[in-house]
Amino acid sequence: MSINYSEKIPNNVDLSSDRRLQRALEKWQPAYLDWWAEMGPTDFNDKDVYLRTAVSVDRDGWAQFGYVKMPDYRWGIFLTPPEKDRKVGFGDHLGEAAWQEVPGEYRNSLRRLIVTQADTEPASVEQQRLLGHTAPSLYDLRNLFQVNVEEGRHLWAMVYLLHSYFGKDGREEAEELLERRSGNADRPRILSTFNEPVQDWLSFFCFTTFTDRDGKYQLLALAESGFDPLARSCRFMLTEEAHHMFVGQTGINRTIQRTCEVMKAHPGEDVTKYGAIPLEMIQKWINRWASSSVDLFGAEISSNAATFFAQGLKGRAHEEKNYERHDALDEGYAIAKWDGKSLVNEDVPLRNAMNEVLRTDYWNDNAKQAVVWTKTTASFDIPFEFSIPDRRFNRKIGMYADGFFTPAGEPIDEATWNARRGEWLPTPEDEAYVKALMVKCHEPGKYAGWIAPPSKGINDQGVDFEYVKM
Amino acid sequence: MAEAINFETEPSKYKHWKLEIEGERARLIMQVKEDQGLRSDYILKLNSYDLGVDIELADAVRRIRYEHPQVKVVVLGGAMDRIFCAGANIMMLRSSTHAFKVNFCKFTNETRLYIEDASENSNIKFLCALNGTASGGGYELAMAADRILLVDDRSSAVSFPETPLLGVLPGTGGLTRLVDKRKVRRDRADVFSTIAEGIKGKRAVEWNLVDDLASLSAFEEKVDEIVGEMAAGLPDKADRKGVALKPILPTIDDRTFRYQYVTMTLGEDRSAEVVLTVPAAPVQPKSGAEAQAAGSDWWVFKAFRELDDCLLRLRLNHDQVGLVLLKTRGAVADILATDATLEALKDDWFVNEVRHHLKRVLKRLDLTAKSLFAIADEGSCFAGTLLEILLAADRSYILNDPDFPVALGVSTMNGGAYPMPNGLSRLQTRFLGEPERVGQVLEALGEFDAERADELGLATSAPDEIDWEDELRVAIEERVSFSPDALTGMEANLRFAGPETMETKIFGRLSAWQNWIFQRPNAVGERGALTCYGTPNRPEFNFQRT
Repeated sequence: MSINYSEKIPNNVDLSSDRRLQRALEKWQPAYLDWWAEMGPTDFNDKDVYLRTAVSVDRDGWAQFGYVKMPDYRWGIFLTPPEKDRKVGFGDHLGEAAWQEVPGEYRNSLRRLIVTQADTEPASVEQQRLLGHTAPSLYDLRNLFQVNVEEGRHLWAMVYLLHSYFGKDGREEAEELLERRSGNADRPRILSTFNEPVQDWLSFFCFTTFTDRDGKYQLLALAESGFDPLARSCRFMLTEEAHHMFVGQTGINRTIQRTCEVMKAHPGEDVTKYGAIPLEMIQKWINRWASSSVDLFGAEISSNAATFFAQGLKGRAHEEKNYERHDALDEGYAIAKWDGKSLVNEDVPLRNAMNEVLRTDYWNDNAKQAVVWTKTTASFDIPFEFSIPDRRFNRKIGMYADGFFTPAGEPIDEATWNARRGEWLPTPEDEAYVKALMVKCHEPGKYAGWIAPPSKGINDQGVDFEYVKM
Repeated sequence: MAEAINFETEPSKYKHWKLEIEGERARLIMQVKEDQGLRSDYILKLNSYDLGVDIELADAVRRIRYEHPQVKVVVLGGAMDRIFCAGANIMMLRSSTHAFKVNFCKFTNETRLYIEDASENSNIKFLCALNGTASGGGYELAMAADRILLVDDRSSAVSFPETPLLGVLPGTGGLTRLVDKRKVRRDRADVFSTIAEGIKGKRAVEWNLVDDLASLSAFEEKVDEIVGEMAAGLPDKADRKGVALKPILPTIDDRTFRYQYVTMTLGEDRSAEVVLTVPAAPVQPKSGAEAQAAGSDWWVFKAFRELDDCLLRLRLNHDQVGLVLLKTRGAVADILATDATLEALKDDWFVNEVRHHLKRVLKRLDLTAKSLFAIADEGSCFAGTLLEILLAADRSYILNDPDFPVALGVSTMNGGAYPMPNGLSRLQTRFLGEPERVGQVLEALGEFDAERADELGLATSAPDEIDWEDELRVAIEERVSFSPDALTGMEANLRFAGPETMETKIFGRLSAWQNWIFQRPNAVGERGALTCYGTPNRPEFNFQRT
């Protein structure tokens, strides 16, 4: 069977003349569609959805809107156009020509990095597959699907790298990306955060705010890679990731806005009487997802991180712009080490602290978002400040996982933690309440009672546009 | 000197392992406590191990053999999620002296071989149930088992990252077991040993790196199934009652270590003296039941456990000692009577275990990188089992003077009960070029004098009383003056004449290759791979091939 690749798979990698890639995709593409049918959004594959498709990397091509059925979505392969004479920007190969082919000695490290990143993309689709049934509006339903198809495209982008540069091993890894399943006891996804189901829409908004922002920072670090195809691939993915965070941040903001409206309309009353989500409860959801996303950056002191940086494979976010020295040698990084009893500031070699460097940038970015949410409460004259929990709070990975910390980062004992965790993290009652609010609202222009409509629609369409044809 | 290492432990004191007995199955679960290493300058992350972890493992295997003789199958497992064991701790290796590294590797090798010995000689089969990734020493441990089950979760793998990540080799027989025991094809073994992340799933089975796969949810069920298969056909052990092992602890008085039957004295001249004393007219058990009742107090068992403890202390706590003078005290008749008991009751499970224990301690002696001189002076009794100590020595000095009679002797135990790592008896190895002499010695069953011992070829030197003292003094002074490295290499070359076995290859290659690589700048120089691992620096190799 011959496939017209350029039509079916928009690309700027000259797919129609790349026989190696064609051969790989012939087998993988049907498996991908099977995976989508089995693990993608349930029950909406025959619906027309108003989606954005990238058909090229130029200004007009990267965002084309139109109705499409998700299985027919044109998942493309795009790399940001090459930069002439690009050099490795950090590590031991600083200043050498960037690699256009995989350097043999780094093949395994690179493959590991790419597979770990790639695994999160289908995982998030799987985690979110049931949400369509409880969407608070067609606008939100469409945003969910947009996020889903783009995560699918990110998988394609990573699989392209595996297929093109890693031979038989790469093809096998690409197959396994479709075999692992989020939350499956036998074949779990690689990172634990990606094995927890996203059960409600507030969690979805938190996921797209916090977990996708982790994705953004991982991509920023990989966009600096000395392996040029990886860098270019990640740069293009970053443009899409921005939309996912937009979905999350505005989703939380609209939830806050709705609660504030109810508080103003019924002063002194319990907002749950009117089907809104209390601000304290929203903060608990933020605490849960912000802390589990912070785990994704890995251990505070890491040999792998040092190795990846030294090898020129994974840099810091905005390496060139933000740093003067790019070898990161003979520099220290202060880390508050937890020794089981107290926190002690200690300098560790900067290269070994690269996970922490990236986590710090990420955390600061999150903190800015909390300010935006607080502005919303302030606009209603409601004195409630949103915050991002300290990085030590509720950790499962890294040195702080051994201790117990308040959202402010203060060490506490286990008994205090057990007594107070319900103030900081969703309780079963909180979850039951939010779950009960999750009922579908699939009529154009209608929005569920717990969330305010957006200030404007997608691609200049109205908020009452029929984003999904039911 | 660093704090002395103690080799005596018991299950209630384990920090890193959990031993659970469920009828004919034992579970040995690895759960390394990160902050409970032997030294505090490293953290035992990801179930990585140091000598302390392996001392407990060796003890657990020993406890199973003696205290839980009903056990048919041991399941080795891990208590961590997604990781079985990350192997020897790299930070520990990096901060250890070369001598310590070598002896650490040697001990872990002996523990792996002890597991294989239990399988071969005690009908205790081992299943290594890898619930997560096993890398480096973790996979080497798995390979010591009879069967390996790997979880198939699309991530967990077995791996040897030593070459690609650390610039060294797996030090616990890994490469040898890969091709000699598991018979992995050499080109596949080559590929496997250069992929840091290892090989998982179906390919791991196809290449015979593991035997079985099971998904996480079916893992325990699969373990049960394999345990059932492995236990089938093994002799019934239900009526066996365990024999408790009492601790072996010396009284230490300055430079003297006193046990009940063994005394070790550290000399001032880089030598040490180890004296094993046979009690007068020891009670001889008449049956297996009586032997079991004597248990760990049975003199010969206890004496060899004490000797074992001495050897470990010498290796790991006293690296300045280069020469060990081996002596015995007692009556030849008493040791020969004990040998007769060991032979008569050999079908009893406990006596069988004791015989294998004596074998193991004698192998530990063969493998100790110190010069060994047996000194058969007045009052000594190198006969039967104790003659093996003389035969294990690099040289034997026998006082041959009618006015100061020295008795030696041979028992049937010298005919093959205590094979060396090369699979031959010490007599066969000694007389490789004159095999007829083996028969002549064995025919001299019973007690004989020094003159006869010399005729039989058992003495390196047999001076009379007038020459004795000076001859010994000169030999000792000369020995301790030589280069310790040259002596280690020379002795290891000379001790194991004859055929190669997996065991001799493992130790030989540990001494020759691994120890060489461990010393080279490409591993431990300023920019060596082992030095750089985990630091901000990348290794820089000198690419010159030897």
